[in-house]
Amino acid sequence: MLTKIEIQTPEKQTTASPNKMEIKNLSVFYGKFRAVTDINMNIQSTKITAIIGPSGCGKSTLLRSFNRMNDLTPSARVEGEILLDGKNINTTGVDVVDIRRRIGMVFQRPNPFPKSIYDNVAYGPRLYGVRKKSDLDEIVEKSIRQAALWEEVKDKLHQSGLSISGGQQQRLCIARALAVEPEVILMDEPASALDPISTLKIEELMQELKKEYTIVIVTHNMQQAARASDYTAMMMLSKEGERSGTVIEFDATNRIFTNPKDKRTEDYVTGRFG
Amino acid sequence: MTSTTITTSRFQQLIEKNQAVVSSRRKVTNLIMLSITGLMTILALVPLFWIVGYVIYKGGQYINLDFFIHTPRPLGMEGGGVLNAIEGTLIVAALAAVIAIPPAILAAFYAANNPNTPLGVVLRFSTDVLSGVPSIVMGLFVYAVVVKPMGHYSGFAGGVAMAILMLPTIIRTTEEMIKLVPHTLREASLGLGAPEWKTSLIVVLPAAMNGIITGFLLAIARAAGETAPLLFTALGNERYDLFQIVQSGIAQKQGLFLILQRIFDQPVDSLPLTLWKYAQQPYPERIQQSWAAALVLMLVILLINIFTRLWVENRKRRLQG
Repeated sequence: MLTKIEIQTPEKQTTASPNKMEIKNLSVFYGKFRAVTDINMNIQSTKITAIIGPSGCGKSTLLRSFNRMNDLTPSARVEGEILLDGKNINTTGVDVVDIRRRIGMVFQRPNPFPKSIYDNVAYGPRLYGVRKKSDLDEIVEKSIRQAALWEEVKDKLHQSGLSISGGQQQRLCIARALAVEPEVILMDEPASALDPISTLKIEELMQELKKEYTIVIVTHNMQQAARASDYTAMMMLSKEGERSGTVIEFDATNRIFTNPKDKRTEDYVTGRFG
Repeated sequence: MTSTTITTSRFQQLIEKNQAVVSSRRKVTNLIMLSITGLMTILALVPLFWIVGYVIYKGGQYINLDFFIHTPRPLGMEGGGVLNAIEGTLIVAALAAVIAIPPAILAAFYAANNPNTPLGVVLRFSTDVLSGVPSIVMGLFVYAVVVKPMGHYSGFAGGVAMAILMLPTIIRTTEEMIKLVPHTLREASLGLGAPEWKTSLIVVLPAAMNGIITGFLLAIARAAGETAPLLFTALGNERYDLFQIVQSGIAQKQGLFLILQRIFDQPVDSLPLTLWKYAQQPYPERIQQSWAAALVLMLVILLINIFTRLWVENRKRRLQG
């Protein structure tokens, strides 16, 4: 038992898949309020890292700082380092547009643009100057195929992106994110607005995608984290009565769910948390 | 524990005792309230149908094809119409839309995206003030800053007055419509690396378009029906003939700019102005034509409404799939 767990620790796997991202002493402030405190975690290449924890502990805030989406909130300030391939991206000199191309994002609710399915997926490539129809056609088909949606929409690419079901819309949003060939995909509770069958499809898709992409997923659903992820970060409010979230434990997923070090993690994953 | 059961049962006893009374009283109250609200609804609709019906009845008697295709003829002559006023109404409204819409949209984007900046607060407050300014004051203002320096009344001055009148309506409706676009849609675009201005232009604006167009429509319809701002600006012009200006302009190979200048440089008429002028004259023919002009005005506004609605519906169907 012990040896088995030893093998699965992140340190052992570091050699197999190097860190795609490293988060060092990251804190996020909204005005004077410190929403997230002192995060240190590594995100491994071509693995799925899940962030779990109770509502309001800063999971989404943390995720959104990974591709500088917090820049859009005027009062938000992010301190600390976020290394992408060893280079800090949380500095003023960095091109945010390039960061967001390399680190794509999928949101909680499917949010296709009110445009055709084709134009939704082509939106990103067009932003980066792809104009030729044959190039766009190729990218669109490749991305929709990667998102496991091609068979369902290939005959209606020019219908509105809002005309398909919620689960299909979410996969369309994934295709849209894939079209700019990101290296990391951030998913903020991508299945929380979907039915179980659509959820299952998204999870299967994630397993497919992790062969090429690094995935970070925020989820409320602990079974989902246990099923789908390789590593899990457990977030919680740092102290009783304090409103600032932090990562209390970060480890291989099966270790978090079978043999957590922190009592609070154990309480949470076993459902004893208040 | 016991006290709870006693309370409950006593409550139940009371309910049972009163049930018949309460139930019939509720039905009666319901009926009374329903009658009152229904009656008031009908009462509120009476003026609407009365006005529309009366204008159709009075104007319909004197309206004919001539009315739409001829300029006014002198009193005593048969025929004659209000083509000049229809043309004037349309070109003034069009010019006003061209002047007002671009700055109004940009200002609305600013206000929607920066609601708490000093400029955003000032903008919101001043649009509220501006929408409360009586339209005749707008006319007077444009008289002072456009008509006097130019030295004469003109369709251009009328368009400027109408544009100022439309500004607050368009800014506020556009701003509200932009705010209604889900935040997640903006985030999706920004998350792909699109800059703010591109996001506003390619994602937010099309998503808000239906509402924005409805806002334009309301503003244009309101402006087209205004008389006061045109009194001191467009003045009125019974000999205005748009087709003749365009035709002669093309025949003489005048450039687009020169033709536009000739269209807007002279005083023009409008339907509300014609209505107002004719209604004051002591000749029955003019009074009749005034009614007919009222009907035409209503029809013009109705047509603008119908076309825009159809277009918006069509767009909606295409986007929602």
